[in-house]
Amino acid sequence: MNASQDTIFGGSFLVAPLGSQPQFIPEELSDDAKAVGQAAREFVEGEIIPNDAAIDKLDLELSRELLGKAGELGLLSLEIPEAFEGMDLDKLTGLLVLEELGRQASFSVSYGAHTGIGTLPIVYFGNEEQKAKYLPKLGSGEWLAAYALTEPGAGSDAMNAKTVATLDGDTWVLNGSKMWITNAGFADVFVVFAKVDGRKFSAFIVEKNDPGFSVAAEEHKLGIKGSSTRALTFENCRIPKDRLLGEVGKGHRIAFGILAIGRFKLGAGCNGIAKEVLKYTLKYTGERQQFGKSINTFGLIRKYLADMGVRIFVAESMNFRTLGYINDGMHAASWDQPDAAKQKMEIMDEFQMEASIMKVWDSEALGFIADDAVQCFGGYGFSAEYPPEKIYRDNRINRLFEGTNEINRMIIANQVFKKVGNGTLAFRKDAGDLPAFDGPLGRAKTAVERAKRMLQFAVASALEVTGQKLIENQEASARAADMAMEIYTMESAVVRADKLAASGDRWADFARDCAEVFANEGAPKVAAHARLFLAEVLEGEALDAALAALDAIALPAPVAGSVRRGRIADLLIEKGAYPIDLF
Amino acid sequence: MKILVAVKQVPDSETKVKIAADGKSLDPADVKWITSPYDEYALEEALRLKEAKGAEVVAVCVGEEKAKDVLRNALALGADQAVLLKGASEDPLAVARALAAFAQELQPALILFGNKAFGSDHGAVGAMVAELMGLPQATLITKLELGEGTFRAEREGDAGIEVVEGSLPAVFTAQKGLNEPRYASLKGIMAAKKKTIEEREAALGEPALAVRTLTLPAARPEGRKLEGDAAAQAATLMGLLRDEAKVL
Repeated sequence: MNASQDTIFGGSFLVAPLGSQPQFIPEELSDDAKAVGQAAREFVEGEIIPNDAAIDKLDLELSRELLGKAGELGLLSLEIPEAFEGMDLDKLTGLLVLEELGRQASFSVSYGAHTGIGTLPIVYFGNEEQKAKYLPKLGSGEWLAAYALTEPGAGSDAMNAKTVATLDGDTWVLNGSKMWITNAGFADVFVVFAKVDGRKFSAFIVEKNDPGFSVAAEEHKLGIKGSSTRALTFENCRIPKDRLLGEVGKGHRIAFGILAIGRFKLGAGCNGIAKEVLKYTLKYTGERQQFGKSINTFGLIRKYLADMGVRIFVAESMNFRTLGYINDGMHAASWDQPDAAKQKMEIMDEFQMEASIMKVWDSEALGFIADDAVQCFGGYGFSAEYPPEKIYRDNRINRLFEGTNEINRMIIANQVFKKVGNGTLAFRKDAGDLPAFDGPLGRAKTAVERAKRMLQFAVASALEVTGQKLIENQEASARAADMAMEIYTMESAVVRADKLAASGDRWADFARDCAEVFANEGAPKVAAHARLFLAEVLEGEALDAALAALDAIALPAPVAGSVRRGRIADLLIEKGAYPIDLF
Repeated sequence: MKILVAVKQVPDSETKVKIAADGKSLDPADVKWITSPYDEYALEEALRLKEAKGAEVVAVCVGEEKAKDVLRNALALGADQAVLLKGASEDPLAVARALAAFAQELQPALILFGNKAFGSDHGAVGAMVAELMGLPQATLITKLELGEGTFRAEREGDAGIEVVEGSLPAVFTAQKGLNEPRYASLKGIMAAKKKTIEEREAALGEPALAVRTLTLPAARPEGRKLEGDAAAQAATLMGLLRDEAKVL
């Protein structure tokens, strides 16, 4: 299939020519979205940041109170339909709010667990009575929610749940336990997954005072110490029959559909706090003197600073691009339509590859940023008295929950392999008519397009040999996922930079530098992955021939990174922050 | 009862201010514009009076097109009407004339101001409007109570608290401590979208004052580290305090 403007679908970026599909950029946000983002920022700067230390002491009363204040302002009901007293705002506005809320890692997790995985199962799968009973109170913050999927023996293998539900007359009887449940210490409403009759995976709404339901003590965690995490126990827990959420045996659709949404949200939150880390690192490296000058004058420190800026730019470009797709699809399905929820979930399902990319790439980008921040602070970075120590710990969970990054890499690879297998994605297996671009960003554009061809060639060649069994080789599959991630992020950055240049945006030069630095190093990574990926499935002459064909898809000459990073670092230092302020 | 609140658009306190090429205005490139923080106390007080006693709150701003943002914000917070008096002047008296002319027409029971605008810091417009209209005024208030056609206000100064009483209509300027301003709710923001901002020309008259030049404060000199043992350092420090800083 030749993906064009009319056919944006999950994974279409791998085949659509660069720039042929519309890409939303944050510079196009509406004034309304910016006003809401500003409101979220004022709330975070007035109520959350000043309570940073208190939140991290695991003051549950305070977290509840702050969530309540967020509810009063409407920040808990962004995705609740208007019919249930919600704001029903678009997803791009939601992204802005999540970036702001992301700035305090623990509170961000409490907020995300409540508004996202806690509330959304009822939004998308609840019946009218359930929505009327729960959504107004969850939106106002009077009640808070949690999502209970994981069990001691069922983490990534969530379907292996041992919690069971049995119908006894007019009540369901639940037995089993759940682990690592965010918000468990103060939640009123729990969305709990259990197997009906030990077989049919299903979802239920459990309230905190239900008989036979209990919550254990707080876990002691490596990071996000201000968020509540506890185990749940169900011991002949009896709940009314009408607390079944969705249909018996369809719980996996709720569990995984909601997790896919959680992945977008996690990515957005990561970039919000990344901007904060860059800000304090810029401040410190400007003040800290060694050898008689500020350490932000040294090349390698400047490289770290520039790389932080580049990663933030790339993440932002990708996040808004992805949410642009989601938003268009979601907007088309108004809540007035009877099957709106189903249509909306189908959009999420369609873009699950992009959701997983956002989750993995943004969490790992924040990992690099946190690590570089520690390094920029030197010995002080290792001290709990200085800020990087906290983000270094707090971010670690982002690679674990909402599906580990390994599970998400398998989702990305599986989507690619399946869509190539069933012809949805037509991958070229040749080095003919290789795209080449001139002019501004020409080399970066050429690099992205050729990286795409490398992925196409490598995956198509491998699938010919192995068929869909390729997914069983997890190392090879992860390389395919990494190639797809590099391509999606590079393209998102390059297209945004191109649009900003075309519109004469004041940050066009900064954007171009970021996109060039990123593509400069991203495309060769794709080439390296492609070689090692081919070696996983081919041997001897077949491998030699494939590598020769791969080499024919030549990348353009690299550009000097230090020149561009130097300009990026100068700008970051001058502004004292990531320069593009969206509102 | 009508309450008029005057709001001004000012640069955010975190803006790294730069002087424009003309040498007498701010380079707008990196300026983030906000409602002057003292005006937020004035608006909050008006909204609380509205909630307690019922009133119509009208927000007014003298400014250019972009100043509509602060009026939109006032509507989002709960103001019932917003009026932009189009025009700009660096002369507080000109701004006061424009506001007084508008207030004369509106006939509000209370006119609330921030005690000064963040940045320009004249602290003059509120008092000038009171004078131009011949109304009683209480400036720098930290507490306000209304009776039947009367008011009782507290003014907090370095020496203590002064309580003033007078009759309405009257003019007040708000000081930090008067109240804790609310955040705009998302419902408020959405509702504000649907309201219109009335526009009129500001009756500024001839300005009697103009800004000639604008300069940034001199950069603070870098710190110096004294070398040697304690006695040597003390001797050097004494020398510097006497000869360089000339404080001894």
